[in-house]
Amino acid sequence: MAKESGKYPIKHLIGFLLSIVLTLLSVWAALGSDLPVIWIIAAIMLLAVIQAGIQLFMFMHMVETKGVGHAPWNMMFHSFVVATIIVSGSLFTMSFGFTHDHDGEGNHQHEEQQEMQKDHSGH
Amino acid sequence: MQLDEFFVTGEPLIYGGMVAIALVTSAILFILTYFKKWGWLWREWLTTVDHKKIGIMYILSALAMLFRGGADALMMRTQLAFPNMQFLNAQHYDEIFTTHGTVMIIFMAMPFLIGLMNIIVPLQIGARDFAFPFVNALSFWSFFFGAMLFNISFVIGGAPDAGWTSYTPLAGAAMSPGPGQNFYLMGLQLSGIGTLATGINLMVTILKMRAPGMTLFKMPIFTWSTFITSFIIVFAFPILTVALALMTIDRIFGSQFFTLTGEGMPMMWANLFWMWGHPEVYIVILPAFGIFSEVIATFARKRLFGYNAMVWSIILIAGLSFLVWVHHFFTMGAGAFVNSVFSITTMLIAVPTGVKIFNWLATLYKSRIVLTVPMLWSLAFIPSFVIGGVTGVMLGMAATDYQYHNTYFLVSHFHYVLIPGTVFACFAGLVYWYPKMFGHKLNERIGKWSFWLFLIGFHVCFFPQYFLGLDGMARRIFTITPEWFTLNFISTMGAFMMGLAFAIFVYCIYYSYRYSEREISGDAWGYGRTLEWATPTPIPAYNFATVPQVNTHDAFLEMKEKGKTTFDEENLEPIHMPNNTGKPFIMMGILFFASFFLVFEWITLAVIGLIGGLVMMIIRSFDYDDGHHIEVDEIKRTERAARGL
Ligand code: HEM
Ligand SMILES: [Cu+2]
Repeated sequence: MAKESGKYPIKHLIGFLLSIVLTLLSVWAALGSDLPVIWIIAAIMLLAVIQAGIQLFMFMHMVETKGVGHAPWNMMFHSFVVATIIVSGSLFTMSFGFTHDHDGEGNHQHEEQQEMQKDHSGH
Repeated sequence: MQLDEFFVTGEPLIYGGMVAIALVTSAILFILTYFKKWGWLWREWLTTVDHKKIGIMYILSALAMLFRGGADALMMRTQLAFPNMQFLNAQHYDEIFTTHGTVMIIFMAMPFLIGLMNIIVPLQIGARDFAFPFVNALSFWSFFFGAMLFNISFVIGGAPDAGWTSYTPLAGAAMSPGPGQNFYLMGLQLSGIGTLATGINLMVTILKMRAPGMTLFKMPIFTWSTFITSFIIVFAFPILTVALALMTIDRIFGSQFFTLTGEGMPMMWANLFWMWGHPEVYIVILPAFGIFSEVIATFARKRLFGYNAMVWSIILIAGLSFLVWVHHFFTMGAGAFVNSVFSITTMLIAVPTGVKIFNWLATLYKSRIVLTVPMLWSLAFIPSFVIGGVTGVMLGMAATDYQYHNTYFLVSHFHYVLIPGTVFACFAGLVYWYPKMFGHKLNERIGKWSFWLFLIGFHVCFFPQYFLGLDGMARRIFTITPEWFTLNFISTMGAFMMGLAFAIFVYCIYYSYRYSEREISGDAWGYGRTLEWATPTPIPAYNFATVPQVNTHDAFLEMKEKGKTTFDEENLEPIHMPNNTGKPFIMMGILFFASFFLVFEWITLAVIGLIGGLVMMIIRSFDYDDGHHIEVDEIKRTERAARGL
């Protein structure tokens, strides 16, 4: 329980404000902007990378030399693995063998989903 | 909103529930006032940051939730044994299986285990409290208020009815309007804060606060399993948090993540849910494995066989638990390749699990077993759990799962792993460590009655359900056809045996409180191997007057041989302890109301509540409370009294 009284945690405040601003920006990109979908996705991904950077450098002791001693490489590695599992695993299970036809006409996905729903009578 | 929309009306059973709640609440209020216990309650319990007291509050709440979930179970079994009696209608049945599942997993199994971890882990590693005692109190109150929020749903607003899995689109706003499903979302969200915080807290505690000399591979096995469980919590719970948040936004603010319209993907909910959900079942089984390992080693009076293999298999199980989630929805139809991949990872989990089973058997082999009640629960666990595991592998084969999925075969499988696994472990752990918590043992004779009745009741209840499943009886149905009647009736009789066994267990607690001999030695069973038994009973607030040097895996065994204690009078120093604080209780109380308002979609009030929570956080940030010191004189007095010197 090291006491850091006296020092004003200015870095943390900036980091906190920045992460809120970034979040609001991505909300605006999704809801308020008229950008094409692909741009929105790219922008949000970029914002996410910046967000992760802020977390690591401003809160996770990445650049601290004294005190805790070392950056939490172990936790960062595990988080990275889990994030990879979540993203690529979802893509794999949710899209492999399905056709996703988002642009009107085909309506493939919808038919398929309705069929699935029938099989799934029990919840 | 009218009052009769706010309260649930028209159901005699629920009116009964309301009356019971009103009676119990006023009885408690009366007793507290009459005996002038309000100050005591506030000072000793509501504001405590002591890990032992917080653990006890976790366990008491979990027992209450076991009662609630058990009552739900008995109502369902009654309906299924007498389908023509119209005991429950379809809607009511749906609500009950939903609350039963949610309460049992989220508000019974996890808090029970976390309660045991709270009390035992710091003692096992020679620590004086958690790394963050304030956060620990916060965690408990977040769980407690989350559980309360979920539990009031059946009298206020209406209970959720889309299953503990809450699959969309059924659970979405279009098909489940009203506050019911919101209770599920907010109750889990609120208590999830606490679970996540406890995961971090335990991880830091175990990494940073071990006694000198206790390397990771000298930690007791229960501490190891807690440590790995904390990792699973920290990595799995954020997925649930996000999934719940997305569904909340869907339902309350009209987004389309999981809806059928607007390009939503309902199956994405199932995907996210089980990405958390499968690790979750390992969150409730790994600590149980740890408890059984401790109990078996103690009462086999032998060193745990294959300690290293045990540790590595826990780690392997934890890793694999993140790679199998699709086995819960093979029938979604993702295609043979996807299903095959997850089929194989699922079956792989059985390998480290099997290693553990053989290690327990090897520990028992040629040992001199002492048949105490905790040992009975642990011995019964092994064969019962094997049945659950084998049927798990059967379910894990994607092609056959098309037959078993969502039948009573599945219901039987997960009860065979959750009850002999988690519930038996909770009983074993509670009875085993009871003398540490309350200063006296539970009566062995009554305990054995309750054990045998529960064990037999369990098998009578769930074994027939495998065959019901193979006969095609689907899960979550409220009425049955005549061909399923006999097995259902037998099953219900087993359920009531378990209910009776639980009642006997509660009576045992009362009886032992009145008549059991008080403990004078810290090592209540006489066979203790790990550091928790080195502390005196009752355990002083600071746990260890002097922290021992650890050289072997069974630290206390070595201390006993060398005649050492945790009271080395020469080397006493003042001990720094945290102060009690009411802030965690108040902060979570405020968030409880914020969540309650959000359940009813009263946005302004919810926002006000949220601001209240933020204000509490700011107040906490300017809190310079440094705790207090316990002086050497006082330590001497306490230790001498406790050790009868
Ligand atoms: C040998 C290890 C295990 C294997 C191979 C296994 C396999 C499976 C499979 C394939 C399913 C899905 C079946 C279906 O929906 O058709 C399932 C469901 C389930 N398992 Fe296991 N399992 C194992 C151990 C456990 C353990 C240790 C627990 C918890 C303590 C557990 C709890 C559950 C639960 C709660 C469900 C049902 C969830 C629901 O649909 O509501 N399983 N298991
Ligand atoms: Cu699973």
